[in-house]
Amino acid sequence: MINTTIDTTATIAGVSFKNPIVMASGTFGFGREYGRLYDVSLLGGISGKGLTLHAKAGNPGIRVYETPSGMLNSVGLENPGVEAFLAKELPYWETLDTARIVNLGGNTLADYVLGAELIQRDADARLLAGTQAVDMIELNISCPNVKEGGIAFGVKTPAAQEVVRAVRAATSLPLAVKLSPNAEDIAEMAVMCEAEGADAVSLINTISGMKIDVRRRRSVFNNLYAGLSGPAVKPVALRMVHQVARRVTIPVIGMGGITSATDIIEFIMAGATVIQVGTYNFMNLRAGSTLVEELQQFMKEENISSLDEIRGIV
Amino acid sequence: MATVISNERLAEGVYHLVVEGGNSGEMGQFYMLRAWGAYPLLSRPLSIHQVNDNGVEFLYHVVGEGTEILAGLNPGDPLELEGPFGTGFPQVEGRVALVGGGIGIAPLYYCAQKLPESDIYLGFSREPFRTEAFRPLAAELTVDVGGLILDSVDFSAYDHIFVCGPHPMLKAAQLKGSALDPAGKRPDVYLSLENRMACGIGACLVCSVSCKDGQRKACADGPVFLAEEVLFHD
Repeated sequence: MINTTIDTTATIAGVSFKNPIVMASGTFGFGREYGRLYDVSLLGGISGKGLTLHAKAGNPGIRVYETPSGMLNSVGLENPGVEAFLAKELPYWETLDTARIVNLGGNTLADYVLGAELIQRDADARLLAGTQAVDMIELNISCPNVKEGGIAFGVKTPAAQEVVRAVRAATSLPLAVKLSPNAEDIAEMAVMCEAEGADAVSLINTISGMKIDVRRRRSVFNNLYAGLSGPAVKPVALRMVHQVARRVTIPVIGMGGITSATDIIEFIMAGATVIQVGTYNFMNLRAGSTLVEELQQFMKEENISSLDEIRGIV
Repeated sequence: MATVISNERLAEGVYHLVVEGGNSGEMGQFYMLRAWGAYPLLSRPLSIHQVNDNGVEFLYHVVGEGTEILAGLNPGDPLELEGPFGTGFPQVEGRVALVGGGIGIAPLYYCAQKLPESDIYLGFSREPFRTEAFRPLAAELTVDVGGLILDSVDFSAYDHIFVCGPHPMLKAAQLKGSALDPAGKRPDVYLSLENRMACGIGACLVCSVSCKDGQRKACADGPVFLAEEVLFHD
């Protein structure tokens, strides 16, 4: 049988994705830089650089180190702050025909809530004006780089629950919660997110790792540990997506080391509704357009007319 | 996809790579190079040594796995090039000094072509390389081996000084520029910084540089910065 149409679309909480390929937070800026290399509106979505209520300078010292088939990063959430983002980047986002996801982090519960409220207020004002620039919030409870908050919220379910509940109350925008592989029990964390009203969970964030400079007899990173990403983490990410997808009914956004159409298919088969691509953007600056094309090609060759046919079949 | 034309060893661990494929770029800009598959993960940023209609040239020092692979390239081998990226040296007028230390001489060759009346200072810790290529382009060429090349440069004699070299040399150039009598002639000192990069286009923030007005990106706002803007932490 020959497929005449290939349906790559997916929907999460009313937000439609033209394909399952979403660019992961922290690897894609707010899309502008890659937008000079290819049309980012051909992507399913973009998750912007992680924001905090106030601007952050990030971590001093070395911020990236290559590992076998991966990399450690210790950027430390350098970002312009929510308000500067809303003012400077949303006029650009308004022009994009792709799902636009704001990634929101925080060091305190109050910061998370205030950040979410600012984003909600902006969305409300735009709605009145007949426009839209943000389709979803992705709540970052898992950034392992910031000492004062991040890791604590994402590791233990009760701490995460407090944040999810508070942010859920602060916004009516579709809400995904980005989970850390460093969580004590990632499936239990996902179940909690669903119970608290999250519309989706995304996973995995980076795996906490380390690199020692043996000559200097110290960690390469000023912050001691750093986040591992890239193909090296894919098997772990896939297993976690599979475990989580079995336990929740809300959509799962899967990510971790994806560099090919077959990688995407693996995550969909494990139960992901859409996927995110992060580190691959550094290996191939045109990763987005490469994957969109490859996925079409693969589905055609394998006679898959819709991702729904294969989602969660393993 | 670009093609290697030549890849000549100039000194211990130093190579001159000529590539057909990239034909554009300004002084001090760089390309991201990749001559392998998935590993090493990241592409390598190399500054433009020279660029023209025939292609682009690079000088590089073998420091790790990526440059090790580059060193093994032969004429005809394919290579992925992305770029040119970054904000380089400005086109300036007046008296110009180009000061390079070690592999830091790489971007200054193109500057010397674009700014033909410049004095050129090249410093090397051991074996000098590529100095004879610079000679016909220089108003005056000074080469130092084993010492501190900055000691040879009278900062007050210039309107603009372009510096590229190891970290301590950049710090010393900043200090030397700021120590001049503010009442006398003070050159604009430009530093070409080096940093680990991932994307190379200003999206990932791993090459962030602390500046007086906040964090800047070495790959997009730089790699060239006015010396007085940069805050060196170490």
